Amino acid sequence: MMRIFVSRDAGAVAVGADEVALALTQAAGQRGIAIEIVRTGSRGLYWLEPLVEIATPNGRIAFGPVATADVSSLLDAMAADGPHALRLGVTDEIPWLKRQTRLTFARCGVIDPRSVADYCAHDGYKGLARALTLTSDAILADVTASGLRGRGGAGFPTGIKWKTVAQSSADRKYIVCNADEGDSGTFADRMIMEGDPLVVIEGMTIAGIAVGATSGYIYIRSEYPHAVATMNAAIQAARSCGYLGARIGGSAYSFDLEVRVGAGAYVCGEETSLLESLEGRRGIVRAKPPLPAHKGLFGRPTVINNVLSFAAIPFILAGGAKAYTDYGMGRSRGTMPIQLAGNIRHGGLFETAFGVTLGELIDDIGGGTASGRPVRAVQVGGPLGAYFPRALFDTPFDYEAFAARDGLIGHGGIVVFDDSVDMAKQARFAMEFCAVESCGKCTPCRIGSTRGVETIDKIRRGERVGENIAVVEDLCNTMKFGSLCALGGFTPYPVLSALKHFKEDFGPVPARLQAAE
Amino acid sequence: MTSAYEPWNEARGAEIIAEHDKLEGATLVILHALQEAFGYVPEPAIPMIAAALSLSRAEVHGVFTFYHDFRHEPAGRHVLKLCRAEACQAAGGDALAARAEAKLGIALGHTTADARVTLEPIYCLGLCATAPSAMLDGRVVGRLNEARIDALVAEAQR
Repeated sequence: MMRIFVSRDAGAVAVGADEVALALTQAAGQRGIAIEIVRTGSRGLYWLEPLVEIATPNGRIAFGPVATADVSSLLDAMAADGPHALRLGVTDEIPWLKRQTRLTFARCGVIDPRSVADYCAHDGYKGLARALTLTSDAILADVTASGLRGRGGAGFPTGIKWKTVAQSSADRKYIVCNADEGDSGTFADRMIMEGDPLVVIEGMTIAGIAVGATSGYIYIRSEYPHAVATMNAAIQAARSCGYLGARIGGSAYSFDLEVRVGAGAYVCGEETSLLESLEGRRGIVRAKPPLPAHKGLFGRPTVINNVLSFAAIPFILAGGAKAYTDYGMGRSRGTMPIQLAGNIRHGGLFETAFGVTLGELIDDIGGGTASGRPVRAVQVGGPLGAYFPRALFDTPFDYEAFAARDGLIGHGGIVVFDDSVDMAKQARFAMEFCAVESCGKCTPCRIGSTRGVETIDKIRRGERVGENIAVVEDLCNTMKFGSLCALGGFTPYPVLSALKHFKEDFGPVPARLQAAE
Repeated sequence: MTSAYEPWNEARGAEIIAEHDKLEGATLVILHALQEAFGYVPEPAIPMIAAALSLSRAEVHGVFTFYHDFRHEPAGRHVLKLCRAEACQAAGGDALAARAEAKLGIALGHTTADARVTLEPIYCLGLCATAPSAMLDGRVVGRLNEARIDALVAEAQR
């Protein structure tokens, strides 16, 4: 029996993984070869998807990117353990994978994401097992000691957030997972939900035990139907194995989860807007205070964290708080799953300790652009992140280092653009996106973004360029300091960074085209 | 796809609402369920949701109109969503979107006159490392190029 692994991750399916899996089954049937195909998550080496792996006594051997036309010769090579043009060797030895420090993504792409047995066979539920032997205070101490900061973008210390909820008294408390990963260039939440959903469930369960909550919600965006399906299947599996529901793992604790699906509003990634949406309302941002930790979902104390924050918890609780905090730099401890996207040769998920430089990530790990043209700009941290030119490629991946250069790491997504990019157009897009997605509650965001689009249009038409650039800068200043949440408050990052680093693009179109030549 | 949906029927609508109205914060869940059954959220369902959840009709209308996902009328038989966010822009998505618009003779956000195809923008499918990407009736497609977008458009038109 040959055990073959093919990803069911949406990114792999989008480039033909389902067809490859089907072709493998058919080809094996025709030859009378017994095979078992395990549908895993993705290893995150997307330029090699569809990636096909086979279990051997020396570890899994990878082949990729596999097309259905390759399947016949692939089966021969796998059966004979022989050479093949797509053979990549032992998967774990592929340099791109080997260079990583996979703590959160250790199992992603390795296990069957819907199998509790597979999860447990790969160190799953060890964190929960230890948490069940600890007091609430001891769990909180571990999370605090790990130095984990919220991976959604704001970087708030997770331990402090949990402690606030633990110390609040209420008839009910909630654990909410923010899986509204709307930032372009980010897909780590999607990958872990499709590749290792039980680690998120385990993290949320530990949170429930630590703060005294018995129910939780995972709010997943509707653009992620594959993640919704896998997460629901994993919840069912955890429930049937006694890891969700009453008396978890035979303990006195109860905890259960439900998936809720968003409806295409980007602003619902903002935590208070998400809570409104979960309550069945328009996703209008709430003023803070009160903090969700005091008055969150349905007015109850609520832990609301990003998918990756919860996913980091099991490793930490399994005894890894010290190990986790040993990684990283400054106040950014542990590892960050960095996502390389856009016009990039080797795009995918690269989990590594904080401190790696932007240049290493783009040129060395990412291999430059897919188009082969020079890299001109990279946007880090999603639609609200700054555009950095090559001159800033020495910036280390660290919350404070990016902030010092008027940028942010956000959720860890990096989108690469080559020299054909028009940065005035990108700045306009940032304003337009904000205008469309604004919840409308505060004026700087709602009106400022619309005025921003109009003013950038004037600049692009060559109307009083200098004066209108001053207007855009002034608008950005108002939005940055006057908006209620990060949507209006951070839209200035891409706009101002484009203006600052790529000023030659802001003017009448013909001038820009000449400048590009 | 429209043919796969049920025509609006008040009793069936009431049944769907009753399946979910005991949930905490049920409004979005109900709107999704109605759209899944009927392909859009028929106007007569709004006061029915309001009554079931003890909300005002205005509140439910407000929720319905806040979110991009909820349709006010049926979509075309096939829905082709093109990712228009930054990662796909960086990978040449602008030109491919323009190509799809030209082939179908409609702008993004519209349905062809024969009601076969609805072409929509989507802001990030999370397939940013295999960009540009699209979704045809729930099926995801990545690494789009001119040939692939042409094939997708042709498939949607069938």
